[in-house]
Amino acid sequence: MDCQESQQLIAAYADGELDPSAASGLGAHLAGCARCAGAYEELLNLRSAIKAHGMRYAAPAHLRQRIRAALPRPSPLRRKFATLPWAWLNFAVATAFAVAFALTMVLHLSVPSDTERLEQEIVAGHYRSLLADHLADVASSDQHTVKPWFSGKLDFSPPVVDLAAQGFPLIGGRLDYLDGRRVAALAYRHRLHVLNLFVWPEKIENAGWRTVASKQGYHLASWNDAGLRYWVISDMNPQDLAEFKRVLQAQIATGG
Amino acid sequence: MKMRLDEDDKTADFEAIVLPHLDAAYNLARWLTRNDHDAEDLVQTAFVRAFRFFGGFRGGDARPWLLTIVRHTFYTSLRDGRHAHNDIPFDEEMHSAIGDYDDRSACGVGINPENLLARDDARKAVNQALERLPQSFREIVVLKEMDDLSYKEIAEIAGIPIGTVMSRLARGRKLLLEYLKHHAVGG
Repeated sequence: MDCQESQQLIAAYADGELDPSAASGLGAHLAGCARCAGAYEELLNLRSAIKAHGMRYAAPAHLRQRIRAALPRPSPLRRKFATLPWAWLNFAVATAFAVAFALTMVLHLSVPSDTERLEQEIVAGHYRSLLADHLADVASSDQHTVKPWFSGKLDFSPPVVDLAAQGFPLIGGRLDYLDGRRVAALAYRHRLHVLNLFVWPEKIENAGWRTVASKQGYHLASWNDAGLRYWVISDMNPQDLAEFKRVLQAQIATGG
Repeated sequence: MKMRLDEDDKTADFEAIVLPHLDAAYNLARWLTRNDHDAEDLVQTAFVRAFRFFGGFRGGDARPWLLTIVRHTFYTSLRDGRHAHNDIPFDEEMHSAIGDYDDRSACGVGINPENLLARDDARKAVNQALERLPQSFREIVVLKEMDDLSYKEIAEIAGIPIGTVMSRLARGRKLLLEYLKHHAVGG
């Protein structure tokens, strides 16, 4: 390699850009040539001088802040929203729903059914009639007196029969309020017991339904006949209650 | 590295990948504009563009990518007349005053600025020398000597062939040496 060629390569050599074969060739030349070696050294010195003394400007703090502030940021709400532990939240909500459902079912099942409620109403009505000694507004055992009394007071005509011959004399009639409607109440006596018979019209779909129950010492029975719902309640024993029902239905059937 | 481009993640990625090179960007901007105010404007604008184009960044070293944007933004603003073109012309006077400083005399006695000048003077001299370089040489010298980028990387940033990088570097260095020698001998 001669000086001319060497001159061309010195900068690349100093910059570490020379391929190995050219580098070794130049290196050999520099070892033997003072001029070129001097040029090389001068370049190295210049480079180190720039490195040592050349200003490396750093961005001022306010510029950094300005740039960071200019970058789009998510709203704190959205970021908070996005970083919520959704898996756990979903699990918690699902659990809460399950618990609420279970609780609702428990409460629902413990709430008295309509029948249960009605039975309670009847018991209360029967008890009140005894307590206030208010068994009849029209006190007569004559069905021809009692039955007309209801007309104009009820939207239906209750069957009123005196069953004194069968051991159940009619005490009288009155109005009552059950299951959200005005009903006919007929009080009967049987020996020392009092019986209340409640009657009201009933929707056809409930017709088949009957019940026999005991509540708080009283016995109840209920049935449907010819579009009327009957409830009887008394403290007399269930057999006598069943007897009453039998004679009542028989009497009504004969149009008495 | 997976590039996430929905807005929140883009900002986070940008801060992690590009923002660390803010100082390098500012240094180049400062050497290009030669004053703090213009340098800040340039960097601010460059970062806005960098964020906009961040989706196109394919990964790797973000520094050359960012410096390309800084340089391009500078020359765009020059073209738009935003900055006064305050570049100094090739210093013919200084060149001729020194005399026949051609390639042959480069092989003369080596000059070591460290030997000739006290530290503070050296700092002043080197920086003045750099500042007096024509823009097209100055930027290549800064990218080479301060950012330590390869010829290839500089060529990509400046959008010029490697050969042009080498020739601008050589001419820039020649002028620097002339200035420093001139300064050293009491100019």
